[in-house]
Amino acid sequence: MRKVYLDHAATTPLLPEVREAMLPYLGEAFGNPSCLHSWGDAAREAMEAARAQVAQLIGANAEEVIFTGSGTESNNFAIKGLALAQQDKGKHIVISAIEHFSVLHSARTLEKRGFELSLVPVDKYGVVNPDDVRKSLKKDTVLVSIMHANGEVGTIEPILEIARITRESNIVFHTDAIATAGTVPVDVKELGVDALSLAGNQFYGPKGVGALWVRKGVRVIPLLDGGIQEGGRRAGTENIPAIVGLGKATELAKANMTARIKHLTQLRDRLLSELPAKIDHVVITGHPQNRLPGNASFCVEFIEGEAMLMLLNSQGVAVTSGSACTSRALKASHVLIAMGLPHALAQGSLLFSFGIDNTSEDVNYVLEVLPPIVDRLRQMSPLYAKFIKAGKGGS
Amino acid sequence: MPVYSEKVMEHFMNPRNVGEIENPDGVGEVGNPICGDMMTFYIKVKDNRLEDVKFKTFGCGAAIAVSSMVSEMAKGKTLEEAMKITPRSVADELEGLPKQKYHCSNLGAQALNKAIQDYLSKKKKRKEARDNGG
Repeated sequence: MRKVYLDHAATTPLLPEVREAMLPYLGEAFGNPSCLHSWGDAAREAMEAARAQVAQLIGANAEEVIFTGSGTESNNFAIKGLALAQQDKGKHIVISAIEHFSVLHSARTLEKRGFELSLVPVDKYGVVNPDDVRKSLKKDTVLVSIMHANGEVGTIEPILEIARITRESNIVFHTDAIATAGTVPVDVKELGVDALSLAGNQFYGPKGVGALWVRKGVRVIPLLDGGIQEGGRRAGTENIPAIVGLGKATELAKANMTARIKHLTQLRDRLLSELPAKIDHVVITGHPQNRLPGNASFCVEFIEGEAMLMLLNSQGVAVTSGSACTSRALKASHVLIAMGLPHALAQGSLLFSFGIDNTSEDVNYVLEVLPPIVDRLRQMSPLYAKFIKAGKGGS
Repeated sequence: MPVYSEKVMEHFMNPRNVGEIENPDGVGEVGNPICGDMMTFYIKVKDNRLEDVKFKTFGCGAAIAVSSMVSEMAKGKTLEEAMKITPRSVADELEGLPKQKYHCSNLGAQALNKAIQDYLSKKKKRKEARDNGG
């Protein structure tokens, strides 16, 4: 059976070149970079080279890059660390309603500890209006965090415009760039942000490694206390193989970005235009143009996402869904609900996220196997039966 | 995706008794699309037995497998026997359901019960109408 992986928003495969670069550090080059002997030197040099590579990807200075254990850690570190560092100044935080749980739940944790939290809404495409950010600011706002792009619906946010507003008011601005860094151009100076999160497994690097960039001069309180690794900002012996892999992945991402974007955009645009042409009552979610190159997200009416996902899996196609049934918490995606989608429609969420190894044949295959799956589930659906009866009654 | 038993997967991939019954003797609808699952059961009753059972379900893999299993368990049973089908007995027949799916998706027995109640109340009304008329 044909196997088609279309869940790159969850994680990407490790590139062979990245794996090769990592191997020595899983073998003979096992040293601890904090040590002052040749083993330590080798590890430290490799780590600093990776730091320079990551810095280059985002147009930053290497000493401003802190390695972490994941994108989630980077976001926790940013939200808690940047807020706690300024709590004498104020205790108000602003984030959007569609942030990743690692931002949203970090902010909720601070709320329980006496911070005040404002959630900025989004429009039907998932776009944050910079004016809404402006309106949400208070005298004691110390941190704004808006994601660069939403991985679930692909929408890219107006970070430049929001940064202008936060700069005017001298408020620290963090952006979760986990869905964008390594995929589309991200330059911290151009964006005008003060802190930025990224993760290696989003662009063909290893899992278990991320980075937080914090502009020089901006204070951040560590999450982990211990030794003076990462300039005292993140204690714990560094995961050198993963850090080296992240470095290599950023180098390859930078070198191949234009070609990758072109390829992904072609696949995405084909699915975005051809799927709704093949299946009735399908809604594209996210912004029609201003979206991640590999993201094609939909809601299929009258049926539920997990059932579609399971039947697609039985045909070798791997995708994901924001339906309540697919989440452990049994709640429909907060992103789709924030965009104003009715719950029943959000249940039919389906996300295809393309990667560099996907081909036009993969799109053909999806277009071939999905319509019968949708048809089969609709034949089973009481909502579809009601819709058809109502249509007949009305005509 | 939750880990489903082979039995759940088998019923999900090949659900029995999907559809509607024309002029059913009873209909039972439970759930709503907001919580994720919605089931409608249709029954045909002859000599106090479920001659036919059909369903339509909006929901996840577990919800579809549950509906299919309930329809299979109920078909041919007397009304009294069918009313003894419980979420627990359905889950047991399916060789277990994932914990988080147990409550939201396991609505089949309830929907069937509602269809039987619907049949019984209609029957009662008909009898009353006859009695009043006679």
